[in-house]
Amino acid sequence: MFLLEQIVNGLVLGGYYLLIALGLSLIFSVGGVVNLAHGAFYALGAYAAVEITQYLGFGAAVVLSPIAVALLGILFERFILRRFYTADPILSLLVTFGLAMVAEQLIRIIWGASPLSQTMPPSLKGAVFIGDFLFSRYRLMLLGIVAIVLLGIWLLLHKTSFGRVVRAGIQRPDMVAALGIKLQPYMTAIVMLGVGMAALGGALFAPITIVHPAMGAEIITVAFVVVVIGGLGSFWGVIIAALLVGMVRGITIHFVPAAGEASIYILMFLVLLFRPRGLLGERIEKFE
Amino acid sequence: MTSTNRRTVLKTGAAFAGAAAIGFPSIVSGQTDKIKIGHLTPLTGFLGALGAYAQLGLKQAEEEINKAGGVMGRQLDITSEDSVNPATAATKAQRMLEQDGATVLMGEINSASAATIMQVAARNKKLFMQIGARSDALRGKNCNRYTFHVDIPSTVMVNAVGKALVRDNMMKGKKFYTLTADYLFGHDLRGAANAFFAANGGNPIGDELVATDVTDFSPYLLKIRQAKPDIVCSNLAGNQVTNLIKQYAEFGLPFPIVGFNLNTADAWAAGEGNLSGTWPTVWYHTSEVPASKAFVAEFIKRNGKPPENHAWIEYVSLKMMAQAMNETKSTDTEKLIAYFEKETQFDILKARKGYFRAWDHQLIQEAYPFSVRPKGQAKDKWDFLALGAAIPNANEPLEVINPTKAQNACVFA
Repeated sequence: MFLLEQIVNGLVLGGYYLLIALGLSLIFSVGGVVNLAHGAFYALGAYAAVEITQYLGFGAAVVLSPIAVALLGILFERFILRRFYTADPILSLLVTFGLAMVAEQLIRIIWGASPLSQTMPPSLKGAVFIGDFLFSRYRLMLLGIVAIVLLGIWLLLHKTSFGRVVRAGIQRPDMVAALGIKLQPYMTAIVMLGVGMAALGGALFAPITIVHPAMGAEIITVAFVVVVIGGLGSFWGVIIAALLVGMVRGITIHFVPAAGEASIYILMFLVLLFRPRGLLGERIEKFE
Repeated sequence: MTSTNRRTVLKTGAAFAGAAAIGFPSIVSGQTDKIKIGHLTPLTGFLGALGAYAQLGLKQAEEEINKAGGVMGRQLDITSEDSVNPATAATKAQRMLEQDGATVLMGEINSASAATIMQVAARNKKLFMQIGARSDALRGKNCNRYTFHVDIPSTVMVNAVGKALVRDNMMKGKKFYTLTADYLFGHDLRGAANAFFAANGGNPIGDELVATDVTDFSPYLLKIRQAKPDIVCSNLAGNQVTNLIKQYAEFGLPFPIVGFNLNTADAWAAGEGNLSGTWPTVWYHTSEVPASKAFVAEFIKRNGKPPENHAWIEYVSLKMMAQAMNETKSTDTEKLIAYFEKETQFDILKARKGYFRAWDHQLIQEAYPFSVRPKGQAKDKWDFLALGAAIPNANEPLEVINPTKAQNACVFA
């Protein structure tokens, strides 16, 4: 019973990992770039939310902060990322890693090293009981938002012509080009979407945790683990992996609290041992 | 490799160079007649916010001392860097002594890093004023005669809060559920807490070890709810405490929460309305002592925000070091050790003066419990904590709240 409560709680947490990991996975699948600066957009989302909350309130911050960061994402794609799609992957790793460090220091220069405080609206505070299960009201709302975002992304990828081009671009970019379709504007849109989701994660998580310069570095590792476990190019793989990671962490903390943080890496190790492409990873020619 | 790729490599290099230029403090080359001091403190990681305050306090003291003519007529020249982690801290400490010509080492907040710097100090026979790390073990089984400790040790913090809990009938027969930071300091604090529980009839029913990089506490909160304790007790450190109290308020658990360690920057980051309970502190900017008020006013003028306890402690530490050098007219390690070991009294901006206890080199000083003001009574966003009366009482010797020789034996090799 208690264990079940931990599992359900882990699923909720997994939903939040998902916001960060899905964007990371999309950018990687389409552009072939592991965006190590993804965490920086998460941090910027949180900082922007703190700023906007002071003027327009919490609700506006959750909406506007991801939009602002998504616009920044256009510049990021247009002037930096775009140069590395066909280059040696190590170069894009280096440049995004460097960018993550630059972003962290810039945040430190602009907002200072001391953590900022973001408080949630009092109406969202407190616990909700469903049966005997305890949920934080705020996290239930968070889960609802994640579900809506996921549905939106799924529809976008599977029910629109935009999605068809993106999915084709993941598998056979050369064929897409041969059909006379330029992938570049699609890539810009995907990066906007990806970093926007990361910023949304930052804005939503700010009231629960603390907003500090290194928060991006903290999240990128977990997000990366989720992407690797889920497998590249797979929408459902990332979702399953995020929920799995949240769950495994909860179960581990129930039995061996000290191993809580280690458990997700052990999970990644086991998955890679038996399924080197991740749980639902597809065979993608350009990465083989 | 194509020419585009070569260009890319160059640009990557430029990006890294840019990061390095911003990321690393410049080392100012001093002239030989300056007194060089090496300072290390965590600027990144879960204690980074505290280290930023530490640097501000140190800088204020340095500028005041230099403006007043320096030490023995020589200017102080302090190199302050991020200690990063225990291994890096030791490497940097060694370099500061060996290559930069530092006469003494100062700083630190992380107990694990302080432990490695202490070894470097002993090996090089140089003085290390260990300012902000609180683990009992540093003054006990890991102690050495080259290190002096300024901040209050774990046992004092436990005593400060524990005595307030005993007074409020929140100790005897009560069930405590503790959360412990999973590194040297946390384990040490848990030891001191358990000793207090045993001596005063508290009943610890559960404990969770929490890694220092944990940001989500929900699984622990669920376990606490199942255990139904009377009181939840934090043995956490740095921004762990902030995350815990924010999420504790988020889940709205009914049990009162207290803690044996808190730095005010972490409390401020939690924001008003999230924090509750009784916590220990070594100093708070609302202190009514006139010298303390003067320091606070100057700090606010410089930085636009009030000083945190790590700003205060670095400030008084450098002042003590300068006084020792002035009085002994020397930067010689042995002379400085002898001066401090005389149990010289220092003004540390508190009602009672402090002194370094000769047998373990711990600064003996007042400590305080503090609690949270009722909603709406805070003057500003830094004012929601109310400082309690100093412990020990004015009629008791300062030593009574500190670990005794039997509790925390220190033998200088």
